Amino acid sequence: MIQADSLVYEYTRYDEEGRETDVTRAVDQVSLDIKKGDFVAILGHNGSGKSTLAKHMNAILTPTGGTMWVDGKDTKEEENIWEVRQSAGMVFQNPDNQIIGTVVEEDVGFGPENMGVPTKEIWERVEESLKAVKMLKYRHHSPNKLSGGQKQRVAIAGVVAMHPQCIVLDEPTAMLDPNGRREVIRTVRALNHVEEITVILITHYMEEVIYADKVIVMDQGRIVMKGTPREIFSQVEKLKSYRLDVPQATLLAYELKKAGVKLPDGILTREELVEELCRLS
Amino acid sequence: MSIKLEHVNYIYSPETAYEIHALRDVNLEIGQGEFIGLIGHTGSGKSTLVQHLNGLVKATDGHVYFHGEDIYAHGYDMKKLRSRVGLVFQYPEHQLFEVDVLSDVCFGPKNQGLSREEAEERAKEALQMVGLSEEFYKQSPFELSGGQKRRAAIAGVLAMEPEVLILDEPTAGLDPKGRDEILDQISALHREKKITIVLVSHSMEDVAKYVGRIVVMNQGEVMYDDTPREVFRHYKELEEVGLAAPQVTYMMHALKEKGFAVDEDATTIEEARDTILKSLRGRL
Repeated sequence: MIQADSLVYEYTRYDEEGRETDVTRAVDQVSLDIKKGDFVAILGHNGSGKSTLAKHMNAILTPTGGTMWVDGKDTKEEENIWEVRQSAGMVFQNPDNQIIGTVVEEDVGFGPENMGVPTKEIWERVEESLKAVKMLKYRHHSPNKLSGGQKQRVAIAGVVAMHPQCIVLDEPTAMLDPNGRREVIRTVRALNHVEEITVILITHYMEEVIYADKVIVMDQGRIVMKGTPREIFSQVEKLKSYRLDVPQATLLAYELKKAGVKLPDGILTREELVEELCRLS
Repeated sequence: MSIKLEHVNYIYSPETAYEIHALRDVNLEIGQGEFIGLIGHTGSGKSTLVQHLNGLVKATDGHVYFHGEDIYAHGYDMKKLRSRVGLVFQYPEHQLFEVDVLSDVCFGPKNQGLSREEAEERAKEALQMVGLSEEFYKQSPFELSGGQKRRAAIAGVLAMEPEVLILDEPTAGLDPKGRDEILDQISALHREKKITIVLVSHSMEDVAKYVGRIVVMNQGEVMYDDTPREVFRHYKELEEVGLAAPQVTYMMHALKEKGFAVDEDATTIEEARDTILKSLRGRL
């Protein structure tokens, strides 16, 4: 679905006369292959290059070196841009910057309308997308009055209505309260499971990563770790060295192990921890 | 006592179709040197509440006292209040504007009437407090990383030497290490400089780890006001209003159900570890 081969992206700064002054390599020789239907989480500290990489997945940015293919299409080719953007939709951190309609259903219909979808089909798509994010009963509401989690789900519906094969979410829960965070993550998991949409989730909340099929850790523009959540979160010290963290249950298990309790590696959820502790005694 | 709110009500756009009763009869005392966590779902009134603490928003009715003085009294020096009660907004880095970091942090103290030298001294001290060393002084604030920008913006408020520092979600969007660094620094300011801190947060884990007292807002009212242990004991009620308890609290309850003799009110990883170790020793 999404493939990168030695992808490089460099930001170039210029002085007042237009001379090159400084080059920063934000993404450095990244190769990856994300399969259709996968749920992939990308972790990395602020400035590690994960958002820059994500922006390549729907051709907001194009590589300065190497190649990115979305659904087999090279994003560097100008004529592929529309198809790439239809294949991979993006959701950003702040829902207020993504909602443009004054009524929920109009906002969701904006994407397909822009693609030239016939009116009747637009309404069908709006309805099914709002249903998929469990916001159908708010279709006639003003987005202004919704909670953060609801707004973010409307933003996701707006992407779903364009029938993408893949959704890239760049810290979709950073501004939300605990309930909003739960709503959005539940929605994303359902889209992946039920609709079989490929999901790429960028987040700083380790708890949200537990359900991913694969986790990619980035540092200084490179991929430094790759594996299942269990494999990744078994390496507490290494993650900390990349300015990251582990889920609370994993951290507690790690602390207990340090104190001499015999627990296995890779505990991710509180249910697993409780179960393992019960087994001990 | 430093700040006291008495029967504070605030209504947005009164007598229009958009009327919202954002605060309802809020009574609150914030003592000198306290570290308070303010939690509540989006729209619960947290941000409106903190804007009352430095007079940025005027209560529709009720009173706000700072050190016993009514801040709405005729002739009260609001400008002075605002320099003593510093407010760091959400995404404060959006308010950075100067050509370099040092000048940006100098803006506040210069506005307070300090000379360039005094302002710079304050700015350097503030930057040191947030962990930004000399190499950053001459850098453009726009070229810093997310966490560094956030710290520069907090330094801008600290340079005014406030007695009370209010931070509205200071760690939103930061990576875990950046989050810990900022919260550790805020905690150090509280400990070493005796600054009163009000921390607005969506992270129950952070609140449990750092604060001594939690105020929970729901629909414009104060729902709970107590220590973290006491507040998180009401985790079911908190869930009903869109909040939660820290992860470990849930684990403690699950263990208790399985017959472990653990302290189910543990709210931090350290407390949880200690109580689990103790209960294991009892069982093995």
